[in-house]
Amino acid sequence: MTEVTSSPDRPVVRSRSVDIVVSLLLLALAILLGWDAHRIGASWADDGPQAGYFPFYLSIIMGGASLYGLAVAFLDKSRGAFVTREQLVRVMQVFVPTLVYCFATQFLGLYVASFLLVSGFMWWIGNILIWKSILVAFTFTVVMFLTFEIAFNVIMPKGPLEAAFGF
Amino acid sequence: MEALGLLMLGFKALMTWKILALMLVGLVLGIFVGVLPGLGGPNGVAILLPLTFSMDPTSAIVMLSCLYWGALFGGAITSILFNIPGEAWSVATTFDGYPMAQQGRAAEALTAAFTSSFIGSLIAVMMITFLAPRIADFALKFGPPEFFAVYLLTFCSFVGLGKEARQKIVISMALGLLLAGVGMDTVSGQLRLTFGFTELLRGVNFLVAVIGLFGISEILVTMEERLALQGHPASLSFKVVWQVWKTLPRYWVTLLRSSAIGCWLGITPGGAIAASFMGYNLAKRFDKNPESFGTGRIEGVFAPETAAHAAGTSALLPMLALGIPGSGTAAILLGGLMVWGLNPGPLLFVEHKEFVWGTIASMYLGNVIGLIIVMCTVPFFAAVLRVPFSAVAPMIVVSCAIGAYAIQNAMFDVWLMLGFGVLGYVFKKLDYPLAPLTLALVLGSRAEDAFRLSMIGAGGDLRVFWSNWLVGSIATLALVLLFWPVIGMAIERATSTFSSKTA
Repeated sequence: MTEVTSSPDRPVVRSRSVDIVVSLLLLALAILLGWDAHRIGASWADDGPQAGYFPFYLSIIMGGASLYGLAVAFLDKSRGAFVTREQLVRVMQVFVPTLVYCFATQFLGLYVASFLLVSGFMWWIGNILIWKSILVAFTFTVVMFLTFEIAFNVIMPKGPLEAAFGF
Repeated sequence: MEALGLLMLGFKALMTWKILALMLVGLVLGIFVGVLPGLGGPNGVAILLPLTFSMDPTSAIVMLSCLYWGALFGGAITSILFNIPGEAWSVATTFDGYPMAQQGRAAEALTAAFTSSFIGSLIAVMMITFLAPRIADFALKFGPPEFFAVYLLTFCSFVGLGKEARQKIVISMALGLLLAGVGMDTVSGQLRLTFGFTELLRGVNFLVAVIGLFGISEILVTMEERLALQGHPASLSFKVVWQVWKTLPRYWVTLLRSSAIGCWLGITPGGAIAASFMGYNLAKRFDKNPESFGTGRIEGVFAPETAAHAAGTSALLPMLALGIPGSGTAAILLGGLMVWGLNPGPLLFVEHKEFVWGTIASMYLGNVIGLIIVMCTVPFFAAVLRVPFSAVAPMIVVSCAIGAYAIQNAMFDVWLMLGFGVLGYVFKKLDYPLAPLTLALVLGSRAEDAFRLSMIGAGGDLRVFWSNWLVGSIATLALVLLFWPVIGMAIERATSTFSSKTA
């Protein structure tokens, strides 16, 4: 992230760099999975291939393809941006709330967290009037609750609020 | 004509208020997700799949396939009025559809798009009606080697015919197959690739992956691009509809040609995109006045829409008859089948007649009702696009989370979904195709089982894949497709040296 400067639309990172990093990660994953497959047995037993046979050869294929991809990425001289600073900010504007939302779901239950996510996002990121945001979020959450919990009997994680109402 | 009788049986199964109501809900929701830019067929089906978990299989598939038809219809609204293709295969529709909207002929373009998608789907459904039972019947003779050869064919055709960089297709596919192998090995009962994590014992659920790959990542991409929505107003009057329909017979060649292309390409994976472009290009080539394409010719809407929808529909044929999906959406529907407790494959036609024929009947009915609904509600749905994205985005996130959690009642799956969302975002930006990953995830364990069962049967002899003409020809075709780029180059070189020698 050292490339970040004050100018707003500078690329934060170039496609080529991400391509290289992703190829390396995939290669590492291939080695890890291949090693585990080898550990449980990747050869032939009397009755056919062992449990690790399929994953082992697949990891070799994936590792080979990532190596090739790595070479291609290294030789690639293009300087296209993977993401510009402005784009990254916008992506983070939705990714960070989603991350927080997943954490919140564990403690508050899904419906309360959803209400907070929708209202907060509309108000904070969308600059929509706060009463409108709350109204929309509340209606949406209640409809979701009625649809899944009551009508379709799909059980979601619930927190203290639902417990107070006896669910 | 046995098929017709069974089809009637299917229609009878649909004629309950509950199923008709579900059809309506599915269609409306489908048009809604289809209209939203960045969401389309596979995403919508993946996000709304959890609604169907507690339904019986017939109601569930009817609702989901209606959702799919709705999304297909809805995609056309976005492409024509807003010049934003809702799906990759709607790209060709924008070439002439958007210029028509700019000229104030939006209503005409929309009518043309809806009608031609209807015609394309209808022809494809008719093909399914008569061909699917035959293929299923034929496939009942398949043993594990034949099935493995067909899976191999599917995977190889992706690699050989894909447009992306080969290594990226291979990686995407191998990753999908590896992830499908996580958890308990179905043949030996051994644990593998779990690294001692108890959460991984269940394996990586296909639907969780799909919701992340398509739902969450799509939100990230859409947010990044920050689409500026500027659309043209449109409403359909009966007069315009009638005017367009009156001219339909004049374009019968275009419609039939595009349907044929669509039906053919739809059966091969990833065909709908290729079909829409091919339909468009052929219509252009055979036209007396090819330069006028791109300036708002109505054939330019007819041709790609018919082909794309014929392809999108016929992608369901291999899914129903063989248990092999021909498109991303079909793969998700296949995942649904497994959740509802059905075993996809040719046996469906024998064991679950009512389900199969109910599904096929719902394709007819869903298309007709969908056409009517979409025609009546265009102004309303065009207005949906003016709903701020900052309201829609968090709601989609919530739907994704609900979907991921509902599949196995596991919070871990919600985190997994988020991880797949990031993976999908990075892959999309680096041009890694997501369809092979999806397909490999859903087919992986079945392909592996087929391979191992054939090996057990043959005592570990790989020659079993060439042991009779049927499996041999499928396996050979698979290898030919895999090396198609190389073979194609060799043929080209051979012919060019040949012609230079003779010259």
